[in-house]
Amino acid sequence: MSAAIAGHPTEITQIAKKPKSQRSSDSMRKGIEILILSVPALVMFLGFVVLPVIMAAYYGFFKWKGYGKPSVNGTFVGLDNYKIILTDPNFQQALGHTLLIAVLSLVIQGPLAILFALLLNQKFKGRGIIRTLIFVPYVVSEVIVGTGWGLMLQSTGAVNAVLAKVGITGVDWIADPKAAIWTLMFIISWKYIGFAVILMIAGMQSIPEELYEAARVDGASFWQMQWRITLPLLGSTVRIWAFLSLIGSLQLFDLVYIIWGQYVASTAGTSTMATYMVREGRLAGNYGYGNAVAVVIFVISLVIALTYQHFVLNRDLEGAITGPEKKRNRKHKVSNKRAHARSAAANVSASQAKSSEASLATAPIHEGEVA
Amino acid sequence: MTAATAPQVNQATSRVYELRKSQKTPWGNPIVYFFSLLLVALCIGPVLYIIIGGFRTNSQITRDPAGLPNPWNLSNYKTVFTSGLFWGELMNSLIVALGTMVGIVVFALMVSFVIARYNFKLRGFMYSLFAAGMMFPITVAITPLYLLLRNLGLINSHLGLILPQIAFGLPQAIIILVPFLKSIPLELEEAAEIDGCSRLGFFWRMILPLSWPGVATVGILAFVSSWNAYMLPLFLLNDSSKYTLPLGVQMFSTQHSVDTAQVLAFTSLSMIPALICFTLFQKKIVGGLTGAVKG
Repeated sequence: MSAAIAGHPTEITQIAKKPKSQRSSDSMRKGIEILILSVPALVMFLGFVVLPVIMAAYYGFFKWKGYGKPSVNGTFVGLDNYKIILTDPNFQQALGHTLLIAVLSLVIQGPLAILFALLLNQKFKGRGIIRTLIFVPYVVSEVIVGTGWGLMLQSTGAVNAVLAKVGITGVDWIADPKAAIWTLMFIISWKYIGFAVILMIAGMQSIPEELYEAARVDGASFWQMQWRITLPLLGSTVRIWAFLSLIGSLQLFDLVYIIWGQYVASTAGTSTMATYMVREGRLAGNYGYGNAVAVVIFVISLVIALTYQHFVLNRDLEGAITGPEKKRNRKHKVSNKRAHARSAAANVSASQAKSSEASLATAPIHEGEVA
Repeated sequence: MTAATAPQVNQATSRVYELRKSQKTPWGNPIVYFFSLLLVALCIGPVLYIIIGGFRTNSQITRDPAGLPNPWNLSNYKTVFTSGLFWGELMNSLIVALGTMVGIVVFALMVSFVIARYNFKLRGFMYSLFAAGMMFPITVAITPLYLLLRNLGLINSHLGLILPQIAFGLPQAIIILVPFLKSIPLELEEAAEIDGCSRLGFFWRMILPLSWPGVATVGILAFVSSWNAYMLPLFLLNDSSKYTLPLGVQMFSTQHSVDTAQVLAFTSLSMIPALICFTLFQKKIVGGLTGAVKG
């Protein structure tokens, strides 16, 4: 990283050594290398990720069945699609379910994952195998999870058979609209908690052992140590996990669609924004409308994500800045809001937790150099 | 005097013994084991139910939905193994997953190399552009993406699945790879240059071997997520001969909804490749993920 900040010393020595003509051919070669290496990825990314999102915004203004061009075969309706979406009780219901799922995922999985991570962070034989096994539900595909749980949770399925053995009469977990959302929450928690646990364990392992030793010397009990040391220092991991979970919940589609099916979803009590989009857009053949729903989902997700980043993740970004670049970076952050927004956007995933440091530290400074 | 030193020696040896003992992983507290095993049972119980259920007959399942096979019955698995349907879908899934994996690894490695080790004006912008891609999940783009691929004539083709999956997998891959490539010391590059190695030669001879753990993580994540992908194949594939396993499982379970045992056998066979891939490389994946969080 420091190398990148300092600029390439190799280049400087090269420039000093070589005659002028060779210098320009060197920089040309460098340019060509950059071009060859980055064009494939850029083209793919712009073509299949950025372009469709822009297209969605355009199509969303049309009433269009998906054939030919919207401007020829469709009718321009301005913001009508959006008006219909926002006043449609089915969409409001789907939005409600989605938000409920997002909040419940955080409330249910968070504390449980921390408890499980505490358990699996103890030193004992067989810990490695256990850690691998709890990650299995996360690796198994949504279709298999949906099919498997769908069979087990039928009114005559395995779950009710087990419950009957202990004297409980189970309900129809899937078909009963009142139970359905809780069934879905249970399956979601089962599927995704392994990921949360692994993240929490990683966070716990980065807490210095000395803190616990000192606390032990002072006579702290196990639970006191977890409450006063582990929990506060786990903050940044929890906040990043919560962000990932939030984004995942807002996009939830596969599990609901597989278990409750395309037609039942709106009356089954488990519809989400994404299932609404597919049902009203693609399946109904209203492509203009479907694209407008996509835009609404995107905007809602973006607003929630940016708000979360601004109020919650910001602290982690500040904490991530360490070392000699600190002052320079801060100054830059204040003076350049764009760089700030960029680095906030950069801190999107867990895998980015590390790179947020890198991007914050190098990107703005690099820009400063150029300017 | 000998009497005085003897206990000291004793103490010393017992201290050494204690040290050694503490280096070994101890057997844990029974309570820890109890809860850990309970947790494991909850996590893999349903998966085992699917696998074991495949060894039962439908009448066994109807009589006691939660019981064990009695007797064990291999016919469900045999039927799936001998049907062309399963193997065809397995091949489709393999083609798509391997294509996606290779594409993501190659393109992400190339562009990450540029972002991490070249100095140019748009570098910061390029990184932020890809990083922002994490905010564009496939759910939001699926409808226009379908229209785009239809215009390109890529409906019902494996290439139509592979290309968008590569594009949507790039951000995560780049975010994992850039720090890896950045951490390779510049001195190595200088030394290579003095020895007459070009930048691209350096890429092949030094960068690739040294960033192997990151490349492996990216590759496995790409493979597993393509293997499990549901939404894009659902939109793109109408022709059931092109179906990947997730669609195949769903189709099979709708068509054979009365034949539960058969569905369970089909389902459990379809998850095995991803499970094997994951178990073989799980340390790398978990390590890669946790390494990223530890920062």
